[in-house]
Amino acid sequence: MNDVILQLDSVSKSFEGKVILNSLDLEIRRNEFITLLGPSGCGKTTTLRIIGGFEKPDEGRVLFEGTDITGFPPDKRNVNTVFQKYSLFPHMSVEENIAFGLKLKKKSGQYIKDKIGYALKLVNMDGYESRKPDSLSGGQQQRVAIARAIVNEPKVLLLDEPLGALDLKLRHEMQRELIKIKKEVGITFIYVTHDQEEALTMSDRIVVMNKGLVQQMGTSKSIYDEPQNAFVADFIGDSNIIDGIMKADRLVQIQGVPIPCVDTGFGKDELVDVVIRPEDLEITAPETGYLTGRVISVIFKGAYYEIKVRAGAYDWSIQDVNPAPVGSMVGLSILPDNIQIMHKPHSEDAQAVREEE
Amino acid sequence: MINRLKSVNKRIWLSGPYAVWVFGFTVIPLCMIIRAALTAREGGFTTGNIVAIFDPIHLKAMLFSLEIAAGCTVLCILLSYPLVLAMRQLNMGKKGFMMFVLILPMWMNFILRILAWQMILSNNGILNFLLRSAGLGELSVANTGAAIMIGVVYDYLPYMMLPIFNAVAEINEDLIEAARDLGANGFTVFCKVIFPLSIPGLLSGIVMVFVPSMTSFVISDILGGGKLQLIGNVIEQEFTKSMNQNLGSGLSVSLMIFVLISMAFTMKNDREGKRSAIW
Repeated sequence: MNDVILQLDSVSKSFEGKVILNSLDLEIRRNEFITLLGPSGCGKTTTLRIIGGFEKPDEGRVLFEGTDITGFPPDKRNVNTVFQKYSLFPHMSVEENIAFGLKLKKKSGQYIKDKIGYALKLVNMDGYESRKPDSLSGGQQQRVAIARAIVNEPKVLLLDEPLGALDLKLRHEMQRELIKIKKEVGITFIYVTHDQEEALTMSDRIVVMNKGLVQQMGTSKSIYDEPQNAFVADFIGDSNIIDGIMKADRLVQIQGVPIPCVDTGFGKDELVDVVIRPEDLEITAPETGYLTGRVISVIFKGAYYEIKVRAGAYDWSIQDVNPAPVGSMVGLSILPDNIQIMHKPHSEDAQAVREEE
Repeated sequence: MINRLKSVNKRIWLSGPYAVWVFGFTVIPLCMIIRAALTAREGGFTTGNIVAIFDPIHLKAMLFSLEIAAGCTVLCILLSYPLVLAMRQLNMGKKGFMMFVLILPMWMNFILRILAWQMILSNNGILNFLLRSAGLGELSVANTGAAIMIGVVYDYLPYMMLPIFNAVAEINEDLIEAARDLGANGFTVFCKVIFPLSIPGLLSGIVMVFVPSMTSFVISDILGGGKLQLIGNVIEQEFTKSMNQNLGSGLSVSLMIFVLISMAFTMKNDREGKRSAIW
């Protein structure tokens, strides 16, 4: 599964003196669903546009199956894009939109017809052949846009926040469908989003980006469970991020209290960032927890309660299926497994990452 | 809903001053012209003034007008598209400056512009001075159809350029990128995306260039040296020299009917263009 289809080799890009991508290296494997995730301005869209051929990198190379395609225009690349704003041709019907790429490739009428039928069925839009884009809803337009890209049988499909303009329910539905489509057509998907939940749901692999740098790369689970720095921890899911001191291997001191953890290899008395997910904290009787604090707010969130507990100078965020009375003293307990320890950022770039918060 | 209707009804009175203006200076004169057109010089009803368009002399002027108008329209289109495509790439500030440069001549009086062209094109004018200086001989452009054509193109180009520019500027860059992404090169992008989407602008440009160049008479008077007659010149002379207002009115009505028919064709194509894609 280490078959690299697309490779970015130390790609840099600046716009008007502002560095967007800083010597980015990225390898994309055949048939994977890879997501570039990050806040706006992190360089994820620029990365996608460089792969699509809409931007030229200032430095670095783009390799497609080993061939350098850095200088190729978009129409000479074996990739297709699904744009955030659908970008269907308003003067053409659904059918004509989907046929656009195939007609340029001089495919036969019958081939085009079959392809349109297949693609519309795939995106659940059969029967809409002769409709005009402006008579379709946003979700429908995006389905057509996906069909229009897929019929060209690209080896890589680029998706630039394709669900960004849809409402939540439709977005969830489309996420499931995109996974289904991905399985059906079996091509590489490079997906750009700022929505961490979307990324976690759909991706085989996530690349978390910030300030033109890759912060972490890995599966959804590894990124969620083992964030490598405070930015990733904060950006992916909710988290409590607090200063700690490593007292020894497998022992971290938080708010003056030594708590067992599983991390080793840190220096003695090294200052570290500690990340604890809200769902991993357990509310106990005041005398049995590691930390004690007062409940300052309880918010019902549907599947759980979001509880804030003030312990010392820090407000802990806890997710629990049971509420706790506001104003009461409680204890906080945590399993060693669920404590994530990270080195404090030392480089300037890593420092910049923190400032973003 | 009823409240809305009421307020619309009230607001309609705001168009009052304009309605009075149009009624007084367009509708009434038009009726007078139609009445004069249908009246013989000696009095009594006739259709002769209108049918007079088919006289060989008038027909010749009409065809020449058509030639000038069609030529002018085509030249304006050919000049506009490359310019508009080039302007599309510019950033906002430069776009504004280009627009300013293009509209600048329109701030000068129309007659002055044409007189300037007369000076440039005349046999001892600036053009020939430059050609002689460069040792390229002389050109006698003055008082030819070419001079008239230069005049009308110069005058009406902004009216073609601006609506096309507006239509093209409205095309989202995403659409062009989508076309490129699907394998279209620059030329195909123009044929399949930019041009079809600019048709509404093109049509209003055609209307705004074809009609006035068809009916102009000052430009041909000054640059054609009074020898080459457009239908506008013929009509003008019937009013001012021959003092035959009835024939002048009749020819005007014929011209108006012709223009209306050609515009009806343009508009019909426009509506069809909106129904089906031009692919």
